[in-house]
Amino acid sequence: MSDYETVIGLEVHVELATKTKIFCGCSTEFGGDPNTHTCPVCTGMPGSLPVLNRQVLEYAIAVGLATNCDITRYCKFDRKNYFYPDNPQNYQISQLYLPICRNGHVDIRTESGVEKAVRIHEIHMEEDAGKLIHDDWLDASLVDYNRSGVPLIEIVSEPDMRSAEEVIAYLEKLRMTISYLGASDCKLQEGSMRADVNLSVRKVGETEFGTRTEMKNLNSFKAIARAIAGETERQIDLIESGEKVVQETRRWDDDKECSYAMRSKEDAQDYRYFPDPDLVPISVSEELLDEIRSREPEFREAKIVRYAEEFGLPEKDILLITENKHLADVFEETVACGAPAKKVSNWLMVETMRLLKENNLDPEDIRFSPKNLASLIKLTEDRTVNSTVAKEVFEEMFKSDCDPAKYVEEHGLATQNDEGALRETIQKVIADNPQSVDDYHNGKEKAIGFLVGQTMKAMQGKCDPGSVNKILKELL
Amino acid sequence: MSNITEMDALTLGREIASGNIKVREATESYLSSVKSKDEQYNCYVTVDEEGAMKAADEVQARIDKGGLKGSPLAGVPVAIKDNMCTEGLLTTCSSKILYNFVPTYESTAVAKLRDAGAVILGKTNMDEFAMGSTTETSYFGPTRNPANPEHVPGGSSGGSAAAVAAGECVYALGSDTGGSIRQPASYCGVVGIKPTYGTVSRYGLIAYGSSLDQIGPLTRNVSDAAAVLTAISGHDERDSTSVNKPVVDYTKSLVKDVKDIKIGIPRDYFGEGLDPEVAAAVRGAADVLKNAGASVEEFDLSLVNYAIPAYYTIAAAEASSNLERFDGIKYGYRTEEYAGLHNMYKKSRSEGFGAEVKRRIMLGSFVLSSGYYDAYYLKALKVKALIKKAFDDAFSKYDIILGPVAPTTAPKLGESLSDPIKMYLGDIYTISVNLAGLPGISVPCGTDSDGLPIGVQLLADCFNEEKLFRTAYTYESEK
Repeated sequence: MSDYETVIGLEVHVELATKTKIFCGCSTEFGGDPNTHTCPVCTGMPGSLPVLNRQVLEYAIAVGLATNCDITRYCKFDRKNYFYPDNPQNYQISQLYLPICRNGHVDIRTESGVEKAVRIHEIHMEEDAGKLIHDDWLDASLVDYNRSGVPLIEIVSEPDMRSAEEVIAYLEKLRMTISYLGASDCKLQEGSMRADVNLSVRKVGETEFGTRTEMKNLNSFKAIARAIAGETERQIDLIESGEKVVQETRRWDDDKECSYAMRSKEDAQDYRYFPDPDLVPISVSEELLDEIRSREPEFREAKIVRYAEEFGLPEKDILLITENKHLADVFEETVACGAPAKKVSNWLMVETMRLLKENNLDPEDIRFSPKNLASLIKLTEDRTVNSTVAKEVFEEMFKSDCDPAKYVEEHGLATQNDEGALRETIQKVIADNPQSVDDYHNGKEKAIGFLVGQTMKAMQGKCDPGSVNKILKELL
Repeated sequence: MSNITEMDALTLGREIASGNIKVREATESYLSSVKSKDEQYNCYVTVDEEGAMKAADEVQARIDKGGLKGSPLAGVPVAIKDNMCTEGLLTTCSSKILYNFVPTYESTAVAKLRDAGAVILGKTNMDEFAMGSTTETSYFGPTRNPANPEHVPGGSSGGSAAAVAAGECVYALGSDTGGSIRQPASYCGVVGIKPTYGTVSRYGLIAYGSSLDQIGPLTRNVSDAAAVLTAISGHDERDSTSVNKPVVDYTKSLVKDVKDIKIGIPRDYFGEGLDPEVAAAVRGAADVLKNAGASVEEFDLSLVNYAIPAYYTIAAAEASSNLERFDGIKYGYRTEEYAGLHNMYKKSRSEGFGAEVKRRIMLGSFVLSSGYYDAYYLKALKVKALIKKAFDDAFSKYDIILGPVAPTTAPKLGESLSDPIKMYLGDIYTISVNLAGLPGISVPCGTDSDGLPIGVQLLADCFNEEKLFRTAYTYESEK
């Protein structure tokens, strides 16, 4: 087996984050009752005409520039003709002859340290189809056109990948780049990023490619890895047993961990592509390119280097914070408000992550302002609140973006700095707990923890545990 | 008032504006004209009596309140070709496959007419999906030529042309993909203009050949055509191919003056196949313009013989894709019995489309097929570009090109469909105009010995409708 190598190319569909559809003004919002986000255009009514959403073009160009593509300065849309009820016109508006981006590449680095460039053949814009629902009760098929006309880009790579690890590094790179651009949230599970895997095998040293298959229905990185392993094995088995690999499209069943043939090349339809006469060719000006270039964000690689140099953060912190651009933005803005970088990083990595996870939210859903996080950190720094209180305040901030100073004041959560009152309380605690005092004097260091706890309780948490400890020891 | 149905649109509009004629009265006159004549001519697929009367009262109320002052067409009854979507009103394209289709939206051209106070009488008959030159391919039976009911009215906007000629409406909207306004205008003895591609929004026009289709008016005279085109033209953000230019008031071009106009007559248009009576009438029209002060000379346009194959390749290719949406699933005709999805598609489309539509779908699917695309479709696009260049060269020398609209006058019913190639060849003078996107107008220039109307075609360079109207108006006034 080891004398074979796997050759993989990817077709990645990414749903763009526009508010409206690619050729009409209907909302792209997910959900909604069937056929409520529709109009004559996206339901293919006779006489309706498509008009290109400019934001789609700008996102596609931004992704192209970020992946080192040549931008096609005179580009067109083509019709891909095929009959299926999810496709209301029975043609999909896509790009074949003059796609918006060509000849790009992205640099990847795998977990095991392989570094290489994966070339991008092209990126084109197209419309999504509707959704068919097979209703067994009615014994009928129903169609929902809410998704019809949602904008997609398809990123077609060259067959440059040789392992599942490289495929995942490539997808991660695309996901990071595109989400940093704000062009899509790129979620595999939710279908806003979909990858079809073209795979063939050949003996190591061969220069010709083997016959490839195309694998569909891959909804997670794990499924992709399993499908690649499964298909590689299947193809090698075929060759080893003297059979031939058939060029076909296969569907991966991740539960059963095997794939089924969907259609072979012989059944391939003739899509009769031709330029869509309803859409005028697009001329991309140098000004537009400059404008899009000027909006390009600092990408993750650059941030990783800068965070290490500028903030001296540990690598673990940097990787976590830069995983998501919004999180990185919150970090940078909080630091800009004067908070120490490591403290900010701690709040984001621990409490923020915990609350996001508990509430099933994404970093994009973070509501607290960097200013308020900075002021909470300030309150802990000057010991106005202790860490337990700070967490309580943060939870409220996470929910309602409250002003932490105000919240602490309104709820009387500030640490008692009146040492006289504290001493009085501690003396009372000592008097009430003779057993613990004895234990302490008999060398049980742990007993002091109990006494600190009792004091904190008596002070309703509004004191600094360090000071309590110090005074206790002194009085004992 | 007995002569209402003889008035042109601008005259009737003036009478209505001055209060001499009420909109209701005008509408009733036309509805009764339709009632008495349409059984014979079959100009209409749908007559919307109720909608027309309701619109008449609404328009009258607007006028009475001092509205619609700048609109010369307020209150004037109009007929709309049945391939333009009308909200709430049956729109069939004269096809069985859309026999029950009621749009929920209005085409832009119709909406503009309604804004201008037009009263829509109904929807006119046409060749199925605008494919044909005789209005005989309609699912709802052929329209007859009011000049002689044994003859066809031309097509595909035959219902619109015949309705104007018969006095069943004051004016009508048609659409022109390869001559479908100009040729029936010529056969029926009315004026018809296809504007420059992009002048009138195609939103709501059920597409045949998207890169060639244009909406335009069919009218009793050149002045009405100028007024109607002014009302329906203008940029529409719902149509990417509509041109973003300021709206022109074409009625300002209705001036008798052609002294600065250089007219070229393509020698190639007067060759084999042109009926001598038609040739004589067209040359007569050129003489009228020469006498009015225009310079007239002959020239070689070239490439004339390539226009028909290029046109039928491009139009059929686009049509094959445009008509895919008619599948029996979402609206329109669905076959009664079927076994599974593909059988439903096949049966619905086989039963829903007529022979000429199927012929063009097959032709179009073929020329777009892998292996044939370059040889047919791409080559046709190259021919189209060359034809455009030939016209560009011609318009560097001439302001107007003058020639026949069609090689003959209207044929008898039943003569054309048996030989589709012959029918396609009849489009020789009109289709290159669509390929080049140019404006063209057909103006009546006489009749043949059987009393059938003949039209002269005037062409101008893109967006030079003003010269076209000025020349046409001068000819109409001086003839």
